Amino acid sequence: MRREIPLFITSVVGLIFIVRFFIPHEPFFSLENVSASWIQVIKAFAIWLGILNLLKVSLDKIYKKEKGWGYAGIIIVSFLAISIAGFFFPLWENRPAGDSYIEHARKFQYPGTSFDWFYTYVYAPLSSTMFATLAFFIASASFRAFRARSFQATLLLLAGFVVMLGSVPVGNVLFGWLPQGWQISDVADWVRNVPQVAGQRAIQIGIALGIISTSLRLILGIERSHLGGEA
Amino acid sequence: MNFWEKFALLDRRIIFAFIFLALALPLFFTIHQPIPVSPEGRAYYESIENLPAGSKVLLSFDFDPPSSPELQPMAEATFKQLFTKNCKLVVIGLWPQGPQQAEKALASALKDPRFANKKLEYGADYANLGFMAGEDVVIQKMNSDIPSTFPSDYKGNATASLPIMKGVKNYKNFDFIINFSSGFPGTREWVQFCVDRSGSKMIAGNTAVQAPENYPYFRSGQLLGLLAGMKGAAEYETVSSQPGKGISFMGAQSVSHLIVMLFVILGNIAFFVSRRKR
Repeated sequence: MRREIPLFITSVVGLIFIVRFFIPHEPFFSLENVSASWIQVIKAFAIWLGILNLLKVSLDKIYKKEKGWGYAGIIIVSFLAISIAGFFFPLWENRPAGDSYIEHARKFQYPGTSFDWFYTYVYAPLSSTMFATLAFFIASASFRAFRARSFQATLLLLAGFVVMLGSVPVGNVLFGWLPQGWQISDVADWVRNVPQVAGQRAIQIGIALGIISTSLRLILGIERSHLGGEA
Repeated sequence: MNFWEKFALLDRRIIFAFIFLALALPLFFTIHQPIPVSPEGRAYYESIENLPAGSKVLLSFDFDPPSSPELQPMAEATFKQLFTKNCKLVVIGLWPQGPQQAEKALASALKDPRFANKKLEYGADYANLGFMAGEDVVIQKMNSDIPSTFPSDYKGNATASLPIMKGVKNYKNFDFIINFSSGFPGTREWVQFCVDRSGSKMIAGNTAVQAPENYPYFRSGQLLGLLAGMKGAAEYETVSSQPGKGISFMGAQSVSHLIVMLFVILGNIAFFVSRRKR
C-alpha cells in the first residue's frame, strides 16, 4: 500500500491535467483547480522542508566541527536575524492605532521595516555581488576556452565574437565601416534569430518529447524512482 | 619561453584586474554611444504603445536581486510607459522576492514628476497581489480563477475588494501580460500555460542568459516583444526616450566586452604561436 496509494494519486492527478487540457469544461475544470491547490500546498510545505533541512545540515556541521563549519554558523545567524526581523519587528514598528498586531505583522515587507532594511541593504547587495563575480569567471573562461582548435571551435569563436561585440554599442562604432544592414549588431541579431533559434527549437522539441515519455511512464506507474528506494 | 607562450599561461588574476577596471572606470564617466535597437526591443515598445489608453495589464515579477541590475531598469521604464498610457496595473510574483522588486520599481516610477502629479491610487490604478507558492501551477490556476489564487494582496487587503480587480476572473479580463523573469518559473511557463491556453497577448523581459531560450517564442509570435538583458533595457530606454540605468550601464558593458574579446584574440595568437613552435 505504501507504493500503491502514491502511484494511484500520481495517475489520477496526471490524467486530470491531461483531460482538462483537451476538455475545458466541468467537472474537469474544478478537479484541476482542486489538484492545483493541493500541489500549491505541497510546494509551500517543500519551502519549509528546505529551510528545516538547511538548518539541520548546518547545525550538524557545527556540532561535528566539519570543514567550513564557520560558514554554517553564518547561515544560522543570518537565518535567525532575518526571521526575527520579519516575524517580530513589524509588531513594534510604527503600528497605526487602528491596526491589530496580526494585521501589522503582515506588513513585514513594507518600506522602512527591519525586514526591508535587511533585504535592501544586506541581501540584495550580497546576492548581486555573488552574481556579478560571474563576469570575472566568464572573462577568464573565455580566454581559455575560445581557442580555434578545430572547425567547430572556430565557428563557436566567431559566433561568440559577433554576438559579444554586436550586443554592445561600441561594436557598431568599431565596425561602422561595414555596409548598412551588415553592421555587427545586424549580424548578431541574425545569429540570435536564425541559427540560435533553430538550435533552441531542436532542444525544446527534444525536451518536450522527453517530458511526454517520462510523464506517461509516471502516470502509468512504470517509473517509480520518485517514490524512493529501488526504481 | 617567449612572450606568447607566457601569455598563453596568463594568471587569471591579471584578467580579473582588467575586467574590474573595465567595469568600474566607465561608471565614473558618461560615455555617449548610439544604441542600435533590435527588432524584438522595438516590438516590445510598440506593443505597449499600441495598447488602448486605460488597458488592464498583468505584470509578473519572477526574479530576485541577483538579476535586478538587468531586469530592474526595464521594469521601471515599463511602469513609466504604462502609466503614461493610463494603464491599470496588477502585479504578482512567482518568486518570493518578485513582489518586493516590483514595489521598488513602482516606487521609482511613481517618483517621476509626470505621475506624482497624477495622484495614482493604490487599488484603483495599480495593485500588488504579492507572492504565491506553486510556481507554474499558479499560472495554470490563474487561467480559471485569479481572485481565489491570490485571495489577498501584498498589503493584506482582500483581492476581491480592490476596485482594480472588479470584474477580473481570469486572463481574459486582462488586455495584456508582461513578464520579467530570470529562470524557472518564467517566460517559458507563461507562454506554455497562459498564452497558449488563453490566447493572451504577452511581452517579456529576460536576463541575457535566459533570453536565447525564448527567442523561438518571439519568432513564432507567441511573444510580441522581448528584451534581453541590460542591452535590452538600454534599447527600450532609447526607443521610449526614457534614459535610465540601462543606457548608463552600457558604457561599462561595452568596455568589458571589448576587454574580453581582446583577451580572446590575444589568447588565440598565443595559441597558434605556441603550436607552430611545437
